[in-house]
Amino acid sequence: MFKKLASWDSIIILLTVLVLIVASVVVDNFGTSRNFTFMVLDLMPIILVALPMTFIIITGEIDLSVASVLGLTSSLMGWLWNHDMAIQTIIPLCIVIGAVAGALNGFLITGLGLPSLAVTIGTLALYRGLAFVVLGDSAVADFPFNFTGWVTGTLGDGSIPNVLIPIIAMAVVFGVILHATPVGRALYAIGANAQAAHFSGIRVARTKLWLYVVSGAVSGLVGVLWTLRYSSARADNGAGLELAVVAAVLLGGVSIFGGKGSLPGVLAGVVLLTALQNALRLEDVSGQALNIVTGALLVLSVLLPNIVTTVRGNWQRRRLRQSAAQ
Amino acid sequence: MAEAIALLEVHDVTKSFGAVAAVQGVSFPLYSGEAHALVGENGAGKSTIVKMLAGVHRPDTGTLRVNGADVDFAGPADAKAAGIAVIYQEPTLFPDLSVAENIAMGNQPLTRLRQIDRKAMHANADRLFARLGVHIDPTRPARGLSIADQQLVEIAKALNLPAAENPRNNQMTSEARVLIMDEPTAALSGVEVERLFAVVRSLRDEGAAILFISHRFEEITELCERVTIMRDGKHVATELVADLTVDDMIRRMVGRDLSALFPKQDVTPGEVMLSVENLSREGIFRDISFEVRAGEIVALAGLVGAGRSEVMQAVFGVDPYDSGAVKIRGKRLKPGNPRAAMAAGMALVPEDRRQQGLIMDLSIERNITLPRARKLARLGLLFGGAEKRAAATWAEKLQTKLGKLSDAVGTLSGGNQQKVVLAKWLATAPQLLIVDEPTRGIDVGTKAEVHRLMSSLAADGLAVVMVSSELPEVLGMADRIVVLREGRVAATLTRAEATEESVMYAAMGQEVAA
Repeated sequence: MFKKLASWDSIIILLTVLVLIVASVVVDNFGTSRNFTFMVLDLMPIILVALPMTFIIITGEIDLSVASVLGLTSSLMGWLWNHDMAIQTIIPLCIVIGAVAGALNGFLITGLGLPSLAVTIGTLALYRGLAFVVLGDSAVADFPFNFTGWVTGTLGDGSIPNVLIPIIAMAVVFGVILHATPVGRALYAIGANAQAAHFSGIRVARTKLWLYVVSGAVSGLVGVLWTLRYSSARADNGAGLELAVVAAVLLGGVSIFGGKGSLPGVLAGVVLLTALQNALRLEDVSGQALNIVTGALLVLSVLLPNIVTTVRGNWQRRRLRQSAAQ
Repeated sequence: MAEAIALLEVHDVTKSFGAVAAVQGVSFPLYSGEAHALVGENGAGKSTIVKMLAGVHRPDTGTLRVNGADVDFAGPADAKAAGIAVIYQEPTLFPDLSVAENIAMGNQPLTRLRQIDRKAMHANADRLFARLGVHIDPTRPARGLSIADQQLVEIAKALNLPAAENPRNNQMTSEARVLIMDEPTAALSGVEVERLFAVVRSLRDEGAAILFISHRFEEITELCERVTIMRDGKHVATELVADLTVDDMIRRMVGRDLSALFPKQDVTPGEVMLSVENLSREGIFRDISFEVRAGEIVALAGLVGAGRSEVMQAVFGVDPYDSGAVKIRGKRLKPGNPRAAMAAGMALVPEDRRQQGLIMDLSIERNITLPRARKLARLGLLFGGAEKRAAATWAEKLQTKLGKLSDAVGTLSGGNQQKVVLAKWLATAPQLLIVDEPTRGIDVGTKAEVHRLMSSLAADGLAVVMVSSELPEVLGMADRIVVLREGRVAATLTRAEATEESVMYAAMGQEVAA
């Protein structure tokens, strides 16, 4: 099975490199350091939310409420800042609130046994609605520059954005957990066969609950980063981001049915999606058309691995038949 | 009776699943106007016969005949069209539809406007119930009916074949009417059984043929004229019930050569490892108590559905229990917590390899190390091939035939999959091993290996609990046998007391013959 994953990973990684090369040659300004900075900033919310999302989808569940948790924490951040709370208190508080929102998802799913798709569609609407209750249609913009500037700034005078450091650090942590710890092993086991995982002493419900808490906390953190990046706390921040995240995760080779996938594949999926959108935007393609790309990639990402598996299966069967005939 | 037309005939039928021959060359006729019992141990092939008659399976060789003509059922619909209806132990009604709707399912009467004719549907249900002599409101939903009433609805449904639309056509000879009942009385009380039998008798007197499968001998002697006995997929005898005693039937069901099996080595039992005290779970099992000592193999015997697996799953903690206690070395174990059970030295090789024992899509290596991943990790990390080494060691010890450890476990044969499950749990170095149907569906050679392994593990001081439906295995391996019947301990037999007959008597609720 690992081989199969490796091969899908390499297809996606190869495709990503190809898109990057073609885009730098064909698209004006794509390969500039300025554009690189922008791309990393665009990539940041998708990649960070995709990390816990990968875990959740591998266990066979889903979390569609991530973008709404982001919007909720962004709103709260603005509201608390307007009420004179110190930014040093607001930021950790927002992450905790994200975690609480995730815990509610997790409780409804593991405690009450409700389907995650239905629960998180519900909380997608619920948390976004709460965000509007908190801040309405207004925006809060006067966040301190040393925070907003750090998020949009680069290391020294170079073109490496500051936010790349937490991105890489978190990707490494999530990658190691998934691929080299007992927790990672348990996630695959739960997704492939939850009953057998239970019989092997894995705490299925508790593990899933924690995944939703982490997903909520990361979404809260991204809400903070998003607000600082645009210097704007708004209730509609990040609307529709869950679509891009799920598309990237599936494009990266994670099976929507659970039990299969790898983090390097997901990272490549995120880069591929972002680079494509960035290149198209530089070519003056409209935002609505970009949604078409995201949607098409989502469908392709589910379709392609199936085609690959089918073709490979047929090929193996033919080989078996041949060897049996000999 | 001999000159009557054979409504249905099973003729020299064979059916294999993989390498296992479930039914081998079985023949028996079923006549109009008779109730015919089909008996045999678990795994004797009764269910396979039923499934072939129901059109679920197709015979590999041999034929089924209806009214003397060969038939070939492509699916259950064909069997139904031929007039064969099957009532299973668990009724399969749609709970939210009305009784009448359930009866008419797939065969609804229509008005001229092609709407469902509810009036006709209810009248039809009333007519069927009148014929069966029972009173069930056709307009009520099926949900909430007792199991007995649900079965009566199933029977009404079975009788509601397309030809029944003309109520005047009562000539049973014109259409085959075979009613197959697979352990219909298992969940019924005495009064309900009587009512069901009254219905069955009236159908029989109208010319239907009944194939009745039951483990309760008193029911067979009461209801049936003839009995077909099966053993290990083969036909043993078809005789008049009146000519046989219950002892005769049991002897023919179990009679088998025991010498081919591996008797367990004698071991002096050590300290008490496991004590189960008055364990109960509402509706599943009650007041289960037994002890297992180091070096002992204790078998849990009984019929399918007696609650054996459920008890052991509650002991291991994958299922909850309501009251009682599970103690390991005298220390009470936290209920409903497999992790605590594992920490206390317990391991469970479950009954269902595909759903409970293994994760088919994961590699052999990952499967073997799954319960132990946390122990194999260094500083929380699994690097440097620790899993591979551990998996290789155990795969080797059990002589598992495999390509690469990284292959999906689903690619292995059943016997080798079973070895992987054993490897997975033996690698945790348990002091108490629970094995549930350890040799089900595996070939004879591997079976012997598994028996030898269990014997040597017990000799090394392991306490073993074995759930098994195979009597020779139970008798060959166990030091003591706890027989469960309907969720309760029916008997505890020592090795000296245990014979195939005494275990079967206890499992079926018969007095041991003096």
